[in-house]
Amino acid sequence: MLKMTHLSKVYRTEVVETYALRDFNIDVKEGEFVAVTGPSGSGKTTFLTIAGLLETFTGGTYHLDNLDVSNLDDNARSKIRNEKIGFIFQAFNLIPDLNVFDNVEVPLRYRGMKALERKERIMGALDRVGLASRAKHYPAELSGGQQQRVAIARALAGSPRLLLADEPTGNLDTQMARGVMELLEEIHRDGATIVMVTHDPELAARAQRNVHIIDGQVVDLAEDPRFHSAYVAAAGQVRG
Amino acid sequence: MLAHYLQLGLRSLRRNPMLTALMVMAIGFGVAASMITWSVFRVVSGNPIPDKSEALYTALIDNRGPQYNNAGNEPPEALDYDEAVALIRARKAAHQTLFYNIGLSVMPEGSHDLPLNASGYATNTDFFNMFEVPFQYGGAWTAADDDARAAVAIISSDLNNKLFGGANSVGREVTFDQHTYRIIGVTGHWDPKPRYFDVFAGMTYAEPPDVYIPFTRAIDLKIDTSGRNNCGGAPVHIESAEAWLHRQCAWIPVWVELSTKADAQRYLDFLTAYAAEQQRAGHFNWPPNVRLRSVMNWLDFEHVVPPESRISLFVSVGFFVICMVNTIGLLLAKFMRRSAEIGVRRALGATRREVYEQFLMEAATVGLAGGMLGLILTAIGMQGVSLLFEPEIARLAHLDFSLLVMAIGVAVLAALIAAFYPSWRAAQVQPAWQLKSN
Repeated sequence: MLKMTHLSKVYRTEVVETYALRDFNIDVKEGEFVAVTGPSGSGKTTFLTIAGLLETFTGGTYHLDNLDVSNLDDNARSKIRNEKIGFIFQAFNLIPDLNVFDNVEVPLRYRGMKALERKERIMGALDRVGLASRAKHYPAELSGGQQQRVAIARALAGSPRLLLADEPTGNLDTQMARGVMELLEEIHRDGATIVMVTHDPELAARAQRNVHIIDGQVVDLAEDPRFHSAYVAAAGQVRG
Repeated sequence: MLAHYLQLGLRSLRRNPMLTALMVMAIGFGVAASMITWSVFRVVSGNPIPDKSEALYTALIDNRGPQYNNAGNEPPEALDYDEAVALIRARKAAHQTLFYNIGLSVMPEGSHDLPLNASGYATNTDFFNMFEVPFQYGGAWTAADDDARAAVAIISSDLNNKLFGGANSVGREVTFDQHTYRIIGVTGHWDPKPRYFDVFAGMTYAEPPDVYIPFTRAIDLKIDTSGRNNCGGAPVHIESAEAWLHRQCAWIPVWVELSTKADAQRYLDFLTAYAAEQQRAGHFNWPPNVRLRSVMNWLDFEHVVPPESRISLFVSVGFFVICMVNTIGLLLAKFMRRSAEIGVRRALGATRREVYEQFLMEAATVGLAGGMLGLILTAIGMQGVSLLFEPEIARLAHLDFSLLVMAIGVAVLAALIAAFYPSWRAAQVQPAWQLKSN
């Protein structure tokens, strides 16, 4: 579903080159729920923005749904984002001037979908996240957890092949976070492919597979001698 | 999708109400200033008879000599009786007319009413066809009426309203200066601005004429001109009616209708030949000095557009440009404050073009609101036009449908132009950076 091979992302200034990702390799199969963890500045969000075609990369290859997306122009990338990818952001990123219904409608508008089909999909998505009754409410009238549910509904409405979540519970209290996480698990059980970036080892542990990024590279904590002892200690804490 | 963008644009007017209000005011005031001055300028500088302006010419002959001429040895702006009548009788053009200004007192029917003053023209039959005078009732008199010095008259619909309550008065009689005339026609509303054929008498922006009588009849009755009588400083001795009629003063404009440039050249040759003949006969002691000026050439030569009209238009357009520059800055601020939203929209599948179109439409709605405010301010400002212009010019300014459409159109177009750069900047927002920074 998502395969990056020897991918690199370099930010260049006149005096310095900074590698955000270096020889980055990842292969996410269809239907997988993958948690991406790593310390701040390790390149998690850069990985996610490249995976979501929001940013270009410097080297390597990236296949999304068996399509090489390395050299697509902006329009083609926008079309793929619209049709194949759903985004869930830490800060929800709802548009404050639009009510819940209109927020969920945004990606469907860009797809050129007919009004009737849009309405069916929007109400279906809102029903799935339990907010159909709040369709006419504005984001400011909702709690953080409800706003994130709306964002999830917006991501689901277009029936994407891949769901990318960037710290989806980062701005929520424990109870709301649990609710959002349960929703993501339910969506995954229904067959969605989910890649979730998180700091939280507890949330990461609920994913099918964990990928760790350190200094712009995917590392195997259990095998890499640099992190082995720390990994064993952390694993013990989680189990405890 | 454009309808959706328009809907978003209307919604966005409520966002940042202070910024929106500033932009709407900038556009509104700019549009109003421009429309008010334009409403005057378009009248004074417009083509008063577009379909015929290249076919109508005023014929001018130097009949007094270089010492009395205008700067550049320009001949007088009208003719004397002898030259005017000679040109009409020569019939060298498809149509030809001559006229002079008259002021008459009109005695309304019924003894209780006071006499009215009526101004107009003593002219010939071709006047009405050449200058496209519309008729509400009846029509123009004939060439036979001209020759017969008939006591016929044409009155304006305005005078007809005053005298006959607007009824069809053709065939009825009217008394001008104690002489009775049979009404043969009633004109419809006719008020060409500028009144190109009567610039000489200073009637360029005057009220529409009330009455027309045959030139021959007016001469018979020795009705003097109420317009300009330019003798250019030459000595004038009027001891008799004959001397009055044949005085060497400019007081009768002559206009001819010539369909093609070749016809115009032939007529100019005729004028030159006529002046040469006068020189040979000893009437003119100077070489032929003639002119044939078309409508727009004549208006340009006479500097009909008042300088204050041109200056005020330049100033108001300059003001509008400054307003637009401010609007660009305000739009930029308004749009860039929404970088996060743009980032989200891009992430959800919007192309740069779609973002660009959305923000252009938002600007168009600001322009629409600015245009509406501009219309209100224009209507208010029209009341104050007399502070800038002479009363006879100020009365020309009015808010009509074309100005209304133009005000809205200019406002929307200006807002779109002002939004080109801010919208482009909005479309260039990098979604990844916006989403990372959140």
